[in-house]
Amino acid sequence: MIEAYRRMRDLVGAEVLGLLAFLVIVVIAFSLATPRFLTGENFGSIAFQLPELGLLTLAMLVPILSGGLNLAITYTANFCGLTLAWILQVHGGVDAGFGAFLLGCAAALAVGATAGLIMGLVIAYVGAHPILVSLAMMIFIRGLGEFLTRGGDISGFPDFIRPIGHGSVLGFPIPLLIFLVAAAIWYIMLQRTRHGFSTYMLGSNLEATRYSGIPTRRTITLIYTLSGLMCAVAGIVMVARFNSVRVGHGDAYLLITVLACFLGGVDPFGGFGRVLPVAIALLILQVLSSGLNLIGANQHLSTAVWGLFLIAVMVIRFGWQRLALRR
Amino acid sequence: MTGADRDAAGTGVAAPAVSFARVSKAFGGVRALSDVSFEVLPGEVHCIAGENGSGKSTLIKIITGVYQPDPGAEMSYFGRRVDSVTPAVARGLGINVIWQDLALFPQMTVAENIAFGDILGSRPRLVHRRQMRAKAERVLDRLGVSLDLDARLNTLSIAERQIVAICRTLVGDARLVFMDEPTASLTHSETQSLLAIVRKLSADGVSIVFVSHRLAEVLAISSRVTVLRDGRKVGVYDTEGMTQSRLTELMTGKTFDAEVISGDRSAERAVLEVSGLCRAGEYEDIDLTIRAGEVVGLTGLIGAGRTELGLSLFGMTRPERGAVRLNGEPVSFRSNRDAIAAGVAYVSEDRLTLGLVQPQSIADNVVLPVLGKIVNGLDLISTGKKNDLVSRWIRELNVKVGRPEDPVSTLSGGNQQRIVLAKWLATEPKLLILDSPTVGVDVGARAGLFAIVRQLAAEGLAILLISDEVPEVYFNADRIIHMAGGRFIASYDPRALSLAAVEKAVYA
Repeated sequence: MIEAYRRMRDLVGAEVLGLLAFLVIVVIAFSLATPRFLTGENFGSIAFQLPELGLLTLAMLVPILSGGLNLAITYTANFCGLTLAWILQVHGGVDAGFGAFLLGCAAALAVGATAGLIMGLVIAYVGAHPILVSLAMMIFIRGLGEFLTRGGDISGFPDFIRPIGHGSVLGFPIPLLIFLVAAAIWYIMLQRTRHGFSTYMLGSNLEATRYSGIPTRRTITLIYTLSGLMCAVAGIVMVARFNSVRVGHGDAYLLITVLACFLGGVDPFGGFGRVLPVAIALLILQVLSSGLNLIGANQHLSTAVWGLFLIAVMVIRFGWQRLALRR
Repeated sequence: MTGADRDAAGTGVAAPAVSFARVSKAFGGVRALSDVSFEVLPGEVHCIAGENGSGKSTLIKIITGVYQPDPGAEMSYFGRRVDSVTPAVARGLGINVIWQDLALFPQMTVAENIAFGDILGSRPRLVHRRQMRAKAERVLDRLGVSLDLDARLNTLSIAERQIVAICRTLVGDARLVFMDEPTASLTHSETQSLLAIVRKLSADGVSIVFVSHRLAEVLAISSRVTVLRDGRKVGVYDTEGMTQSRLTELMTGKTFDAEVISGDRSAERAVLEVSGLCRAGEYEDIDLTIRAGEVVGLTGLIGAGRTELGLSLFGMTRPERGAVRLNGEPVSFRSNRDAIAAGVAYVSEDRLTLGLVQPQSIADNVVLPVLGKIVNGLDLISTGKKNDLVSRWIRELNVKVGRPEDPVSTLSGGNQQRIVLAKWLATEPKLLILDSPTVGVDVGARAGLFAIVRQLAAEGLAILLISDEVPEVYFNADRIIHMAGGRFIASYDPRALSLAAVEKAVYA
């Protein structure tokens, strides 16, 4: 038993095991509380809700690893969604063709990457603080979006994009598959590429990394560009899920992505953190909120529970480290 | 010897400032101190010498009440026996420590920093600005130094901050001050003025306990030295008649024969050729040739432009005029990446913030400059290649590491410096620039580092050794260049001149 635990721990890390244990406890608790929790329907709805938040969290993860932050993620995603919606509308709205959709997606990805690129360039070459730069970008994008849409929403899309938000392949929701593919790409990027390696190193010590011959400015620029690109993917999925886009849609996700990163053991000061624990943390948050919803708790209460949960995790982590030090 | 000191030592009237006997301390199963005795006389400048891990800090922490010694220890302060001490009690007795990081408040003014501790306990709990300034002023006068009382601390030089830290202890009527590596980041002349202040305090009757890696200073400033090794006391020695090499022997238990290794390499192929290199305000008219297998020592006081020249050769800054040739090819580096690609490696004097990414693992630090060598055909990092490279260099440089996945910060100074060397050697350099490579490295570990440097030179590497410690370049370089005010002002041959002659020329 202990041997099996050790092998598991060496394979995935103590962090992941701890979070999985948490997940199991939460699932068991809700299953006992309500019979409607442990149902395919409930897990189906979790699987459809998780990806939006998940994709945005991936967009947040990489800047945090580099010792920064991207506060513009939700509005970048919004604006990318608007870009796609606008192109669809120009090409006939409900009657738009598949070519228009592809064009719209490409434009959305380009817009997201550009927003990230601009932030990255300013942070890397001007040396401005990521919080200020991304905050400025967030306000800029929000204002521009509100100006262009006059505060209204764009809706009415062709039917064939519905499956991206609501369809399933072999029983797997398509949004979930998109998230899993994105997470896998992020995993490979962080663990196996030179860019990912440099991200961790410069997140711990920018100057020492630069002295070692890493092009730190180029790396930072790429970090924010990729973050913007991931926002665009999230924006596209959101368009398909809600069949309409509006500026400000999903802006409550912003702080929750930060929460999910820290819950997943990402160091707030940069340099440490992995994709898998963050993904599990996301799942825990989603399970918590749907479980609370099912037992009839107020939605605001579920936000409060998330906050409490994060505090509890930090206290437990502290205790665990003390224990590990004593041994 | 000072007046107070002579009085204490000569007549034996004054009781020792501290007198500890049979002090032992174990942490878990590790014995940090075994049966150590320690005594400081009033007004004495006493030094504790020992390598890292010899128990110096533990001893200081016991005397200042941070740690409790294991039962059986006898402690007395100023002739009074005590059973146990807390930090507050020790401070009340006039025992103070200035740690290496100084623990000052960078955003507050000089006056606030000096008077802070004194205000803390006072009642009513109000801050009297005028009183505070007056207090600070009195203490500065006592030391005979002038500092702007309203200057924020972060605008001061390290040397000036050091003085503020000393003043802070004096406000609280310190009678014994421990100073932990006070000169580690000071220039030669700053060190001299700090030592002058220490002498002044000692003449005033304040005892000073000095901890320093720089043995020359230890011998210059203190009257007695307590040597610790592996948690045991080796002995207490008068510094009169003591030599650096004898002290090193006592600290490490080994003998190191310092021999001039200088040789004539003028027949070898030139690796680096620099002519007429200038960068305004940093260095001027630099002509320098380093040949294969040659170690060129570059010395001079801090601020002479040594590090600036090194940084330009490493591509971090661009020279304004002049030419650099590497292996006969003209080179002009746009960044340090160009320099690394061309075969230049630079070991920074600041290992903590520039040399290594401290919180990350040993393995990751070794491969950082050579990521291109550990990727597979798809440009993805190959764990196998990475492990091979790391274990090869750890073996080659004989680094004592637990696991390569441990943070590099868990290593000792000497082993960290070996990791820095490993990461640069992995880039297969032709020219290795070592900028003050022994800062914060134990005496014993230094010898090991230089053995590696000599081995590398023997393999044909060209080495530029920058150091402000003349003995270091004297015993490890083929020839010595003296830099001052941004220019090369003299060149010395260790075979033709004595160490004392070179030291006199550089430090004069």
